[in-house]
Amino acid sequence: MSNISVQLPGLNLKNPIMPASGCFGFGKEFANLYDLSKLGAIMIKATTVEPRFGNPTPRVAETPAGMLNAIGLQNPGLEKVMSEELPWLERFDVPIIANVAGSLLEDYVDVARRISTAPNVKALELNISCPNVKQGGITFGTDPVVARQLVEAVKVVSKVPVYVKLSPNVTNIVEIAQAVEIGGADGITMINTLVGMRLDERTGKPVIANGTGGLSGPAVKPVAIRMVYEVYKAVEIPIIGMGGVTNAQDVIDFMSAGASAVAVGTSNFVDPFVCPKIIDELPKKLEELGVKRVKDIIGRSHR
Amino acid sequence: MIQQERMAVVQQEQIAKNIYELTLQGNIVQDANPGQFVHIRVSDSFEPLLRRPISIANINKEANEFTLIYRAEGRGTEILSQKQIGDEVDVLGPLGNGFPVDAVAEGGTALLVGGGIGVPPLYELSKQLKARGIRTIHVFGFATEDVTFYEEKFSSLGDTHYVTVDGTFGTKGFVTDLLGELTPEFDTLYACGPLPMLRALETFYPEKQGFLSFEERMGCGIGACFACVCKTTDKSEKDYVKVCSDGPVFAKGVVKL
Ligand SMILES: Cc1cc2nc3c(=O)[nH]c(=O)nc-3n(C[C@H](O)[C@H](O)[C@H](O)COP(=O)(O)OP(=O)(O)OC[C@H]3O[C@@H](n4cnc5c(N)ncnc54)[C@H](O)[C@@H]3O)c2cc1C
Ligand SMILES: Cc1cc2nc3c(=O)[nH]c(=O)nc-3n(C[C@H](O)[C@H](O)[C@H](O)COP(=O)(O)O)c2cc1C
Ligand code: FES
Repeated sequence: MSNISVQLPGLNLKNPIMPASGCFGFGKEFANLYDLSKLGAIMIKATTVEPRFGNPTPRVAETPAGMLNAIGLQNPGLEKVMSEELPWLERFDVPIIANVAGSLLEDYVDVARRISTAPNVKALELNISCPNVKQGGITFGTDPVVARQLVEAVKVVSKVPVYVKLSPNVTNIVEIAQAVEIGGADGITMINTLVGMRLDERTGKPVIANGTGGLSGPAVKPVAIRMVYEVYKAVEIPIIGMGGVTNAQDVIDFMSAGASAVAVGTSNFVDPFVCPKIIDELPKKLEELGVKRVKDIIGRSHR
Repeated sequence: MIQQERMAVVQQEQIAKNIYELTLQGNIVQDANPGQFVHIRVSDSFEPLLRRPISIANINKEANEFTLIYRAEGRGTEILSQKQIGDEVDVLGPLGNGFPVDAVAEGGTALLVGGGIGVPPLYELSKQLKARGIRTIHVFGFATEDVTFYEEKFSSLGDTHYVTVDGTFGTKGFVTDLLGELTPEFDTLYACGPLPMLRALETFYPEKQGFLSFEERMGCGIGACFACVCKTTDKSEKDYVKVCSDGPVFAKGVVKL
């Protein structure tokens, strides 16, 4: 059997597979379906200082081999995540990566300071790339100087390693990746969704109430792979890759391009058992390739 | 318990214009209740990608079968309508909370109001109410005659009234027009249909106990993605509800209409 464990800053992963933020809530729903301890890690829904209701509905629209979403970072707020969601997740033997969001630099700092003290939170993921909120979010992710300053500020207060989630909605993603590395980021997660729009055939108006939404699912995988490939060459810190992963081959593709671990988002809606299925499938796939340790394929595209 | 299962197609029949009745066999049936729904993956490819939510219309636990009634209009339901006996369908379910059958006391009367493709889940509900000794009155609205279905089946369970917008079948108008004329006596209202109809019913029967079934665009169908969220009124303890996991059926007055 191939060894599929991976070590990353703050994270001892049994396997390199984890559900992506926003596609798994805080785990409760999926815990009714399978044992969450099976997962490499869990990236929980974005947490903001105050509770957020999010955008009006329709919030999702299907597109060819993908979907658009404009949920708008709905979450119960820091207080409740600390007192209810995270303690509940402690029953599982799985590290939590807390997705942190906000409108102002201070918001990120406040959430990071508190949430990084939760015993099962082993890393933070700064969401500087959400395309669905009016303020903040993506603006931090499109300007390298602002991105770096944010990382620096969060690094001062965080008790755990800080990963930064990059937006694909930029002309030069490498520049942002390098900026957050200089700012002290311990790792990069990528990619968030691509801004898109779908029109109603009859009215000609956007289907999503917010107008635009973030594109995810198999349709975005080639874009994500290209970006991981480019960023891997330009930074030393590890990458958690995502975008359209549906099976073990996709995982191998992302790791070949340079990812050290892989997150699965939209596929959880199509097949709620997709993560455990990939975890079971991966060792066999690696054996077929003659690979003993999954680590050995990280970045093999470049060798 | 929510399960994912490849259910066998036992029967598929067109029962009205673009309206199909699909009978599936599998273990999910054993946990199904009226008003719950299933989330169906119509194709193993990425096209279409997302599952489709469809209500459970008729449950037969002995045969391990349930029936879905759906309108084939878009890509997903069109593909579903081509499934044949012997094919398998990827089903996730049963999902959500259905209609509370025990909200009416024995000997009481229930008014079931449905609009178009909101009528199907009321069939299993009516069957179960009748089995509990409750009288049912059905008032159902459709656009035109060619999309109506199940009139005989509902008639065998209770008083049944059909309304069409163009008057080609039953009375002409909307369900509320007919309810205004009939002024039925009842204890509990159960309704499923388009939002304007649910809204009209809330104002029509402000004091009555009732349960309404809602529709919203869905991602996961199990409560994890926050796609299907509705705002609530101050009568609710929560600020919002998820149609997929808190609903699709809510007590009247909970969801802000
Ligand atoms: C809880 C619930 C129960 C339902 N029960 C039934 C039923 O018993 N019979 C029936 O005919 N229909 C029912 N619907 C509506 C049904 O889900 C849609 O008609 C169907 O998803 C349309 O898919 P499509 O492939 O035909 O359309 P497309 O236009 O290809 O769909 C594109 C996307 O929009 C979504 N969508 C489109 N219309 C609706 C809608 N009205 N509600 C929610 N999502 C929609 C689809 O799921 C898909 O993700 C129900 C919806 C919900 C939420
Ligand atoms: C419904 C939905 C909600 C999401 N919410 C968040 C979020 O709260 N925070 C975040 O960083 N990313 C969020 N994402 C982005 C995903 O984590 C992921 O980066 C993206 O969807 C690409 O992966 P996929 O193609 O596997 O879905 C969301 C995606 C979807 C589809
Ligand atoms: S559809 Fe995902 S929360 Fe309801």
